[in-house]
Amino acid sequence: MSHPVKKVDGITKESTQAMIDEALKAYPEKGRTKRTPHLAPNDPAGGACVKSNRKTIPGVMSARGCAYAGAKGVVWGPIRDMVHLSHGPVGCGWYSWGTRRNLMSGKVGVSSFPMHFTSDFQEKDIVYGGDKKLATILREAKELFPLAKGISVLSECPVGLIGDDINAVARTMTQELDMPIIPCNCEGFRGVSQSLGHHISNDTIRDHIIGTREFREPIGPYDIALIGEYNIGGDAWSTKPLLEECGFNVKSVWTGDGQLEHIAATHQVKLAVIHCYRSMNYMARVMEEKYKIPWIELNFFGPSKIRESLRKLAERFDDRIKENVEKVIAKQDLEMKKVVDEYRPRLEGKRVMLYVGGLRPRHTVGAYEDLGMTVVGSGYEFAHSDDYERTSPEMPEATVIYDDASEHELEKFVDEIKPDLVGSGIKEKYLFQKMGLPFRQMHSWDYSGPYHGYKGFPVFARDLDLAINSPTWKLVKSPY
Amino acid sequence: MRQIAIYGKGGIGKSTTTQNTVAGLASLGKKVMIVGCDPKADSTRLMLHAKAQNTVMDLVRDRGTVEDLELSDVLKIGYGGVRCVESGGPEPGVGCAGRGVITAINFLEENGAYPPDLDFVFYDVLGDVVCGGFAMPIRENKAEEIYIVVSGEMMAMYAANNIARGILKYATSGRVRLAGLICNSRNTDREADLIEALAKRLGTHMIHFVPRENQVQRAELRRMTVIEYSPEHKQAEEYRQLAKKISENKKLVIPTPLSMDDLEELLTEYGLVPSDDAEIGVPEKVVAA
Repeated sequence: MSHPVKKVDGITKESTQAMIDEALKAYPEKGRTKRTPHLAPNDPAGGACVKSNRKTIPGVMSARGCAYAGAKGVVWGPIRDMVHLSHGPVGCGWYSWGTRRNLMSGKVGVSSFPMHFTSDFQEKDIVYGGDKKLATILREAKELFPLAKGISVLSECPVGLIGDDINAVARTMTQELDMPIIPCNCEGFRGVSQSLGHHISNDTIRDHIIGTREFREPIGPYDIALIGEYNIGGDAWSTKPLLEECGFNVKSVWTGDGQLEHIAATHQVKLAVIHCYRSMNYMARVMEEKYKIPWIELNFFGPSKIRESLRKLAERFDDRIKENVEKVIAKQDLEMKKVVDEYRPRLEGKRVMLYVGGLRPRHTVGAYEDLGMTVVGSGYEFAHSDDYERTSPEMPEATVIYDDASEHELEKFVDEIKPDLVGSGIKEKYLFQKMGLPFRQMHSWDYSGPYHGYKGFPVFARDLDLAINSPTWKLVKSPY
Repeated sequence: MRQIAIYGKGGIGKSTTTQNTVAGLASLGKKVMIVGCDPKADSTRLMLHAKAQNTVMDLVRDRGTVEDLELSDVLKIGYGGVRCVESGGPEPGVGCAGRGVITAINFLEENGAYPPDLDFVFYDVLGDVVCGGFAMPIRENKAEEIYIVVSGEMMAMYAANNIARGILKYATSGRVRLAGLICNSRNTDREADLIEALAKRLGTHMIHFVPRENQVQRAELRRMTVIEYSPEHKQAEEYRQLAKKISENKKLVIPTPLSMDDLEELLTEYGLVPSDDAEIGVPEKVVAA
């Protein structure tokens, strides 16, 4: 097998460093000085090997979003039984509407509200303030959708600039409408990336939601919550049934296909299973501190990591769970072997470069390895040091790690490494396809999915095969 | 057409001085327009004999968008044929008054509020240039002449110096220049000398010393300028003189603002800060006591 020691032929610390230095040459001195610490060859034993969570330098094309994007797109948007109001001018909400593929169940307008709500600020709202308009909209939303369980108010930049007090409006309207109105001060100009939006949203859940409801059913020993699972392409519909098959009661999912009242009662669970650490570790820590709920970080990509994760989880519970888990693993190992047997011959030895957000640059590494592939470069748009600490052991030695990479850097690295597949976002997709390279849009699973859990792995394997082995690429003349 | 902006500390008498001066210019036969850039909307009250009922922003709020507005809705003709517009804006503590100024001025420009035969446009701006909106009148292609209304009181002079710093910033990127200080007297000690000295240090001149006179108050209570209420009064003559001086003024400079130390030194020199007070509050003395 290709990776027990996790080394890659032809990639050494020196060769990677030389590639980084070459890419950095294009920058003026100040930019080079700032970018240098964000790029490094991986040292699997050395903790975080790059600097992160710093302001993007002007003049490079960055893939980052803003605090509003982190709050609306990531944390709040997937909660299906709430109305999410983009408070400010129309564009922020409109152009982010439905782009993240956090799928929802329920009946639209009754038990799910995947619509675009905005206060559509005009000049007069900037000049005179938007607080009265906000109150009116909240009343209208309640009138139009009386079954919505709550309304989140997500501030766009101008709201923070003119100092509108959405918190005061939310407080009054919560009383008047007798439903939770959640003010989230996630103005886009705050912080260096979408990451602060996640944090602000977590704080809002802490201040306004958690502990305000209780589950109807009695509390059981196998009650858990799935945190940082956003149901991209239906991921939660793979992981939740899997955990249930193992004997757990998944009482709430944060926030994919989520329900406000379940999220509000999550303080009653026995354990928080955290998937996207970056966007939800804040609340995991709050629940640990305040409600003594332990948390565990698990990875459900690819049979090896799923197996490892399920056993790690079972360790925290009794024999009943342990037996269930082993039964599930035994059953699924057979199924997964069929998938590997089918796809691995066509994918063996292929190299992948990733540049995504959240958890994928590290969590998906094992899934590629299950198919005989090697991730030879990885990085995050908005990670912090603790993410890179968790990434280094997963990645092969001396492979390149990039933080908040610019298009220029990615292009140089890909040109040098010549991977067989690039997994990144929509902004990168056409650049690399034009270079003659197979590409998967790995934020949204490229309109496919799920990729999580046992249900997701066959889809993942099929998609990689389709991307890499498409006859199209033989017809494209690569510029290399 | 000359575009002029009037700045100065809050409460110094900018609106009163502006309207009386404009009335003076009108009596000289000039065609003038006043654009009030203050949410309080009292820059045209003495010209219209009433507080403006329809400010640009108030109508924008009522009708929905700027596009729904006609120039005739907001442009009123006052004493001496003076064209009067108020930007309007929110009550203190909500929204963004600065954006209101920007929206209103953009509206006026786009809708041809400045006919070619106009001699003067006066922008009467809220006391403190707290954000970019209140600097709108001195941006490119707008007011190029600034008059600062000031008195012999320390804070008024401090504000004048700060405004000069703002002008300096815009002077380097555009054509805005300081045209002079208008002393609106508060009857402080050696006031004229002090403002002359301050003007010299700023690289400009005191264009006129407007004496304190109760007639201004009497006229204001009747919602009129002194020139309209009592054209024969000596105070009316003062404003006519000021109007004439502005009309003839060619001294436009890039100001040279003072440091805080220099400004205090100037005040000491003119006896506003007694030099023997300078030691008060020094720790050694407290210890000695």
